[in-house]
Amino acid sequence: MSTAAPGAAPASPWLAHTARIRSLKPEAPGITTYELALDDAGLAERFRFRPGQFNMLYLPGCGEAAISISSDPERRGLIGHTVRVAGNVTQALARLQVGDQLGLRGPFGSSWPVDAVRGQDVVIACGGVGLAPLRPAIYHLIRHRQDYGRVFLLYGARSPHDLLYTDEFDQWRAAGIEVEMTVDLGNSDWQGHIGVVPILFYRLRLKAPRTCVLTCGPEIMMRFVIFEALARKVAKENIYISMERNMNCALSFCGHCQLGPAFVCKDGPVFPYRAMEPYLNLEEF
Amino acid sequence: MNSHKLPVGSYIRFEKPQLQAVIDRLRQLGYRTVGPRRVDEAIVYDDLRSIDELPVGYLDYQDGGVYRLRHSADGGWFDYVVGPHSLKNFLFPPRDRVLEAHREPGGWRMETPAVDEPPIAAIGVRSCDLHALAIQDRVFLEQEYVDPAYRARRANLFVLAINCRRAAATCFCHSMNTGPQVTRGYDLAATEVDDHFVVEVGSDAGGHVVTAADWVPSALADVERARQQSQALKRRMQGRQAAAATRPRHASSAAELGPAAELGPPAESGRAAELGDVPGIGAVGESDVAQHQPLGRFLDTRELPELLLSNLSHPRWEQVAERCLSCANCTLVCPTCFCSSVEEVGDLTGEHVVRQRSWASCFTAEHSYMNSGTVRKTTASRYRQWLTHKLATWHEQFGTSGCVGCGRCITWCPVGIDLTQEVAAIRGDES
Ligand SMILES: Cc1cc2nc3c(=O)[nH]c(=O)nc-3n(C[C@H](O)[C@H](O)[C@H](O)COP(=O)(O)OP(=O)(O)OC[C@H]3O[C@@H](n4cnc5c(N)ncnc54)[C@H](O)[C@@H]3O)c2cc1C
Ligand code: SF4
Ligand code: SF4
Repeated sequence: MSTAAPGAAPASPWLAHTARIRSLKPEAPGITTYELALDDAGLAERFRFRPGQFNMLYLPGCGEAAISISSDPERRGLIGHTVRVAGNVTQALARLQVGDQLGLRGPFGSSWPVDAVRGQDVVIACGGVGLAPLRPAIYHLIRHRQDYGRVFLLYGARSPHDLLYTDEFDQWRAAGIEVEMTVDLGNSDWQGHIGVVPILFYRLRLKAPRTCVLTCGPEIMMRFVIFEALARKVAKENIYISMERNMNCALSFCGHCQLGPAFVCKDGPVFPYRAMEPYLNLEEF
Repeated sequence: MNSHKLPVGSYIRFEKPQLQAVIDRLRQLGYRTVGPRRVDEAIVYDDLRSIDELPVGYLDYQDGGVYRLRHSADGGWFDYVVGPHSLKNFLFPPRDRVLEAHREPGGWRMETPAVDEPPIAAIGVRSCDLHALAIQDRVFLEQEYVDPAYRARRANLFVLAINCRRAAATCFCHSMNTGPQVTRGYDLAATEVDDHFVVEVGSDAGGHVVTAADWVPSALADVERARQQSQALKRRMQGRQAAAATRPRHASSAAELGPAAELGPPAESGRAAELGDVPGIGAVGESDVAQHQPLGRFLDTRELPELLLSNLSHPRWEQVAERCLSCANCTLVCPTCFCSSVEEVGDLTGEHVVRQRSWASCFTAEHSYMNSGTVRKTTASRYRQWLTHKLATWHEQFGTSGCVGCGRCITWCPVGIDLTQEVAAIRGDES
């Protein structure tokens, strides 16, 4: 039965656009930040994203991977991605050089509520490569610094070598971000904390009613971050988390990223904690 | 032969062999005609060029983990119901290409593969499957993104639907409000009445195609008889629902037949009564049918999403997992299940790569794999994912249940797991 009206077919959402690596910066062992420029100048100029969104990066013959955009949303022409080598696609990505080509689709997904939390104190709590999707939010907060109260970055990694973007931290501090770091395993040079990210809450004097928490990292870490935030009377409504699930399409077709009623690719990756609360502590959901 | 176009809503009748003229017309128009064919002792959708290829007279006997065909002298042309295939096999085929990448001197060229196939005309589609089609439309056409291949195939689909006059013991369309009478989404809807078809025109395309047959307008009495057949079937299905409520538990499972029934030909089992009665449905009094017909399925859908989502830790998930093989059959035969995985298929040179999507299932470990670990490691968690998605969270995602009551997942489950029983158990209806 011909219900769908014929006519000009819209561009396929499966279509990857070619892009080239403009720069490449090793951040930590196995983690590299790439700056990509779309080959099509028009597309490159029109490309916009919101902090927390991601792209599907495609290496023909290897496959696609969902990777958050880690660059400044106000920057035109270049799209940043910070990638940790995990398996097939990310390993192949790690072998690419400046000038090499890959495919890109996006941006996809929901974003950090930088507008909704204006006026509040902001606690950003993240672990490892979980800082990557929050970096665009940090750039936004810095650019609009006067619109927000205190801004804390609580950041943890396995060891001091695994911390990302450390060369920017001085700038961030100068812009009024209070940066606290912790590692699981310190070394002789390490002056910061030892332990997991949630312990960084112990030192904070939060004004709970006007504080929001944005968190991204392993689920177990986020669960403890939420626990600490709630213990300090941060309202559930003011907590936002970024979820990760297997993704094969980012179009809510493939079904892999389902998490209860949500498709992580479309309704997430950033969720109000409220939406995930029933499922976060449910084993294997 | 009349060559003009019949208006939507017209009722006509033609003698059964005239269906050939309709098929011929569709083929002349460039359609690939598919319909029920008997292949490997099951009725599947396959190319159908001639009415001689229809499994006329065959009746299907279905139950948990059981599918048998039997020929009956007085079976009609379409008195079997649904087999393992559905329209999904054609619109969202098991394998499909979503992207092609070609390495050229300047770099990769990416393109969307064209859907270069004749349009499909599906013959003998049941009401439940038309509802399933509408559900897949929501997934692939009516969300934020449109799947171009599905769209291309769907836009040109022609449907000749059949009103069921018999149900299998696994059918529960009456519970899901999806049948047995065809109500939507067809170009032509036919009902077998004695030696002819009473046909309703559902679209302009249908109104054109059907004029290929040697037809006459349907008398009101024909239309009424056709409608009564569907209504009578629905009443019988509802009747067995009422009966099931008063019969001892498990009466509806394969267990009532004993092991012999599972293995032996249906004729030797109590279930044969169903088959024996069916061809004469019009002639047999309804109370007789109710007596002889085994209890079918029904699903109590009252506040079902709330029920399941408030029982995510119910012990029943572990219990069903003791039987479930996590084989994914249920998801593959389900006409609404839409999960897929995408993989790279390259030629030997690596210069030409196709991204191929194939059906996937939430019953596999790969489905929820992340390098940090597989989310759903146990069968219990996978069955819970499947059932709560199908019957609960689907509503939030797509505004409809993900189940149309076709019963395929019950029939094709190797161990006969029955979602209606699983829901009943969680509801506490079981003793
Ligand atoms: C919304 C989102 C944002 C992400 N952002 C980043 C980021 O900024 N930087 C980064 O390094 N990683 C990020 N990831 C994780 C990244 O997608 C996986 O590490 C990557 O898919 C692994 O692919 P692979 O082929 O290298 O590994 P393999 O282990 O070979 O993966 C095989 C397949 O499994 C799936 N898969 C495996 N792990 C994951 C995973 N963790 N998440 C989703 N799918 C997975 C993919 O479909 C992949 O194709 C993000 C994931 C999501 C869902
Ligand atoms: S869940 Fe089972 S009964 Fe429901 S539509 Fe799918 S296969 Fe049919
Ligand atoms: S319910 Fe049955 S068909 Fe489905 S995965 Fe389990 S054993 Fe296989």
